[in-house]
Amino acid sequence: MDMKTQIQAEEGKQELFITREFDLPLDLLFKAYSEPEFIEQWMGTKVIKHENKNHGSFQFETSHNGHVVFKANGTIHQFELNERIIRTFEMENMPMGVQLEFLEFEKLSDDSSKLTIQIIYRSEKHRAEQLKLPFAFGISKAHDRLQEITNNLK
Amino acid sequence: MNLRRDVFQAISDPTRRAILLLLTAQSMTAGAIASNFDTARPTVSKHLQILTECELLKQEQQGREIYYHFNPLKMKEIADFIEPFRKMWDDKFNKLETVMRKYKNK
Repeated sequence: MDMKTQIQAEEGKQELFITREFDLPLDLLFKAYSEPEFIEQWMGTKVIKHENKNHGSFQFETSHNGHVVFKANGTIHQFELNERIIRTFEMENMPMGVQLEFLEFEKLSDDSSKLTIQIIYRSEKHRAEQLKLPFAFGISKAHDRLQEITNNLK
Repeated sequence: MNLRRDVFQAISDPTRRAILLLLTAQSMTAGAIASNFDTARPTVSKHLQILTECELLKQEQQGREIYYHFNPLKMKEIADFIEPFRKMWDDKFNKLETVMRKYKNK
């Protein structure tokens, strides 16, 4: 199985690590995280505000049929071009609360790079809420699919 | 009221994690497990009950003694639980790669 993206979530800790190697030069990987035009494309959200500087802030918003379905925001603590972003991240109205993120960008070769994200949650319980989300979503999607198949059988 | 136990609640406690670690090496009786901790015996019993209820431990009667075994299948469930989260990020990052490669080749 291809495991380009790895998650390290040790038991008993309130942090987790996400690592990924990209077939992209370092500057392009960094652009994907700092320029609204690209953030919007790969994250599938609208960028309301994104200040690439120390003590800057950002805001994301996603709408579906005219209704806002997702809102996130945070403060950028440190912004080092092609090196590092330290920021807070909060998905509004979600149980995982505010998280602290350390994003480290590394050059591997001229066309490959690596991203390491360390996320620190308020508590182990908040981290569990985060991990539960796609899990629950996966189950509900599987359930919908099952429902669809059953309906087609009728 | 019988609260529904989940594995994550079970492993959120340091004593319970220590019990699990102890039992990965060998099966033990409640008394033998308790002798490894400074905590009162009833507290250890409570932890064993919680771990058994969520199936991280299994009990086996051997003569007059009850032995506790570690259940690795349940631990695998925890690893499987993280997989959808990993998959979500993997999909997002694949998208990022596609978007940026397209831009690069323009």
